[in-house]
Amino acid sequence: MSVVFVLVFAAIIMAGAFLVAFIWSVKNGQYEDTYTPSVRMLFDDPPVKIAEGGEQRAEGETSKEDIASEERNPKHETRNS
Amino acid sequence: MELQKFSYDNRMTRNFAIATIVWGVVGLLAGLLIALQIFIPAMNFGLEFTTFGRTRPVHTNAVIFAFVGNAIFTAVYYSLQRLLKTRMYSETLGKIHFWGWQAIIVAAAVTLLSGFTVGKEYAELEWPIDIAITLIWVVFGWNMFGTILQRRTSHIYVSIWFYIATWVTVAVLHIFNSLAVPVSFMKSYTLYAGVQDALVQWWYGHNAVAFFLTTPFLGMMYYFVPKISGRPVYSYKLSIVHFWSLIFLYIWAGPHHLLYSSLPDWLQALGTTFSVMLIAPSWGGMINGLLTLRGAWDKVRRDPILKMFVVGITAYGMATFEGPMLSFKTVNAISHFTDWTIGHVHIGALGWNGMLTFGMIYWLVPRLYNTKLYSVKLANIHFWLATLAIVFYAVPLYIGGITQALMWKQFTPDGFLKYPNFLETVTQLIPMYTIRAFGGALYVAGFLILVFNMVKTIQAGSFVAEEEAQAPALYSESEMKTQSETWHRFLERKPIRFLIFATIAILIGGIVEVIPTYLIKSNIPTITSVKPYTPLELQGRDIYVKEGCYNCHSQMVRPFRSETERYGEYSKAGESVYDHPFQFGSKRTGPDLAREGVKTGKLYKPNAWHYNHFIDPQKMNQASIMPKYPWLAKKEIDIQSTPAKIRTMKILGVPYPDNYEQQAIVDLKAQADSIAKDLGANGIQTDSNREIIALIAYIQRLGVDISNKPVKK
Repeated sequence: MSVVFVLVFAAIIMAGAFLVAFIWSVKNGQYEDTYTPSVRMLFDDPPVKIAEGGEQRAEGETSKEDIASEERNPKHETRNS
Repeated sequence: MELQKFSYDNRMTRNFAIATIVWGVVGLLAGLLIALQIFIPAMNFGLEFTTFGRTRPVHTNAVIFAFVGNAIFTAVYYSLQRLLKTRMYSETLGKIHFWGWQAIIVAAAVTLLSGFTVGKEYAELEWPIDIAITLIWVVFGWNMFGTILQRRTSHIYVSIWFYIATWVTVAVLHIFNSLAVPVSFMKSYTLYAGVQDALVQWWYGHNAVAFFLTTPFLGMMYYFVPKISGRPVYSYKLSIVHFWSLIFLYIWAGPHHLLYSSLPDWLQALGTTFSVMLIAPSWGGMINGLLTLRGAWDKVRRDPILKMFVVGITAYGMATFEGPMLSFKTVNAISHFTDWTIGHVHIGALGWNGMLTFGMIYWLVPRLYNTKLYSVKLANIHFWLATLAIVFYAVPLYIGGITQALMWKQFTPDGFLKYPNFLETVTQLIPMYTIRAFGGALYVAGFLILVFNMVKTIQAGSFVAEEEAQAPALYSESEMKTQSETWHRFLERKPIRFLIFATIAILIGGIVEVIPTYLIKSNIPTITSVKPYTPLELQGRDIYVKEGCYNCHSQMVRPFRSETERYGEYSKAGESVYDHPFQFGSKRTGPDLAREGVKTGKLYKPNAWHYNHFIDPQKMNQASIMPKYPWLAKKEIDIQSTPAKIRTMKILGVPYPDNYEQQAIVDLKAQADSIAKDLGANGIQTDSNREIIALIAYIQRLGVDISNKPVKK
C-alpha cells in the first residue's frame, strides 16, 4: 500500500498550504473582528448619485436607503471619519 | 481615505448563469433517461452510444462538472467582486475560463458517449481532456487570486475562504487521481493498479464531493442567505471555526467507500474515524445557515427563493448525518453496493446543490437584467415540485436498497441462500425504480419551469453589463501617492502569485518523475499464481471499461458468508495488482463478477452462454434488466493497438516477458481462434476477430488465478 505515502504527501501539501493560510489569516488580523464582516457584506455600495435617486433601488434592499439617509444626515457624519 | 469609483463586470456572471441553466437541462434529462433505462432495457435503444454504461457517466459528469460547476463559477464571479469591492482581475482570463470550461463539457459528452473512458467514476475523462481541465482550472485560479490581491477590503469574507479551499484542493486531487500513462491519443492506463488505484480514486471521489459539491456551496450559502434574507450570518465566528475544521478533516474520509474491500483494515478504520468526525463541522455549517434565518421566518413563508435555501440547507444536514452513519462498517455492510448509496447522494445533489443553485438563479438573474422575477408563483410551484421530487426520488431507493441487501443476506434455516438467483433480488426493485423515475421526472419538470421563468425574466429586462460601485481604497493615499510606492506594492503582491504557481509547477513535475518508479516496485505481486492478462484478455478488459460495465457490476467479493456462498472466495488485494484501472465498482445493479470465470464457481457460464447473453440478455432471462450489446459481435477488435498496450503495461511494471510486444498479436489470435472454435462447437458461428470474443476471454479470466496452484520453483 505504498500509494498511501503518495496520498500522505499530497495531503500534507494541501494541509500545509491551508496551515500557512490559517497562520497568515490570524496574524493578519482577519479574525480580530468576528462580527462586523457579517454585517458589512450586506451592503453593496453603489455610487452616491444612484443611491440618492431612491426610485432606482431594487426591491428589498432597504439597506442602501439607510446608508443614503445617513450620508445626507450630518448627525451621523462621525461614522465615516 | 480616498473613495474610488469602479464597476462590477456582470458579463461572466451572466454567461456562467446561462450555462448553468442550459447544462442543467442536459444533465437532468440524462438522469431521467438512465432512471428509465435501469428498469426498461428497451430505453437503451440498442445503440452503443445510448446504453446505460455510457449514459450514466454522461449524467454524473454533466450534473457535477457542467451544472454544478457552472453554478459555482456564477457564484464566484458575482460574489467575489462584491465581497472584495473590486472588479474581476481580468476579463480575458474570464473569457478563457468560460469558453474553455464549456468546450471541456462538450468534449466530455462526446467522448464519453463514444466510449472513451478511463473507467474511474467521476474521473472518466481521458488524458487530453484531463490536461485541458488542469489548464482551465489554473486560469480560474489566476483570475480568482488576482482579484483577491487587488481587493479594497482588508478582510476576506468566509465565502472566499471556501472558494480558495475549493480551488486548491480540487487542483491537487484532480492531478493525483488522473495520473496515467497514455497508450495513444484518447487511451491511457492509470498509473496506479488494483487496490492502490481504488484508494486514490476514492480519496479523490470523496473529496470531489467535499470540495466540488460542498465547500463552494457553503461559500454560496454564506453569501446568498444573508443577502437574500437581509440578515447577517448567525455566527460569523462559527463560520470561521467550521471552515477550518472542515477542510482539515475532509481529506481522509475517502476510504469509507472501500469498507470490507481488500483495502487494508487500518485504512478502512481511518476512513470511518474521519467520516464520523466530519459530522461536527458539517452540522456547524448547516446550523449556521438555518439560524441565519432566525426571526426572518415570515420572509421564508413568502419567498420561494428562501424556501429553496431552507430545504437545501436541511438536505445538507440530512446528507451529512447520513454520511457518517453509512461509514460505520455495520451499516455499510448492508448499504454498500445497493441503491441506498444512490438515494444518499441525491439527497445532497437534488437537495443541497440543486436547491441552492435554483435559489441563486432566481435571485441573481433578475438583478443582472435589472428587472423583477417574471413569476414568483411559478418559482413557488418549482419549489414544491422539486421538494416532492426529492421525496419521491430518495424514499423508494432507501426502501429498495435495504430490501435488496437483506435479500442478498437471507439464509434458509438449512443454511442455504434464500434467494440464490440474483435476478430475484432485482425484479423486487422494479416498483421502486418506477417511483424513483417519477420523482426524477418531477424534478425535471420543475427545472423546465425555471427555464421558462428565466427566459421571460430575461426578455423583460435589459442586461446590466457594468454595475457602478464605489469603495474606499484599501491602502491610504500616502501609500498610493508616489510611483515607487505603487511599484513596491506591486512587488509585494507578486511573490505570492509567483509562489503559488511555482508550487504547482514543482508539484506536477515532481509527481510525474517520482511516483511511477516508486509505485512500480510496490506493484510486485504478493500472490505468485496471479499472472498478467493475456493480450486478448487485455483487449477484452478495455472493452469492459469502454462499455462501462463497472457502472452496474462490482468485482469485489466482500468477506461475508452470504457473499462467499453466492460468488465464491472473497477478493484479495494481491489479485488486482495488474488492474490498470481497478474495476471494483460501487454498485451491484447486476451480480458481482469477481469470480465469474472460476470453472467450479457458482456463477460459471460457458462461452456460448456469454455470447448469447451479450447479444440479448432477455432471451436468457426474461426478467433481466441488462441492455443488449449486439454491436460487440459486429465490431472488430483493434488488434493493431495490442503492442502499444503491452508496452504501456510494461512501463507500469506489469511483468510481461521481454519483447512480448512482438509475440502479443500471435498469442491474441490463437486464443481468439480457440474461443471461436468453442463457440462454433456450440452452434455459434462467428469470426474470431470480434470484440465479443475478447470480452468473453476477459470474463472467463476473472477470479481464476487464485484457484490455480502456485508454480513451485
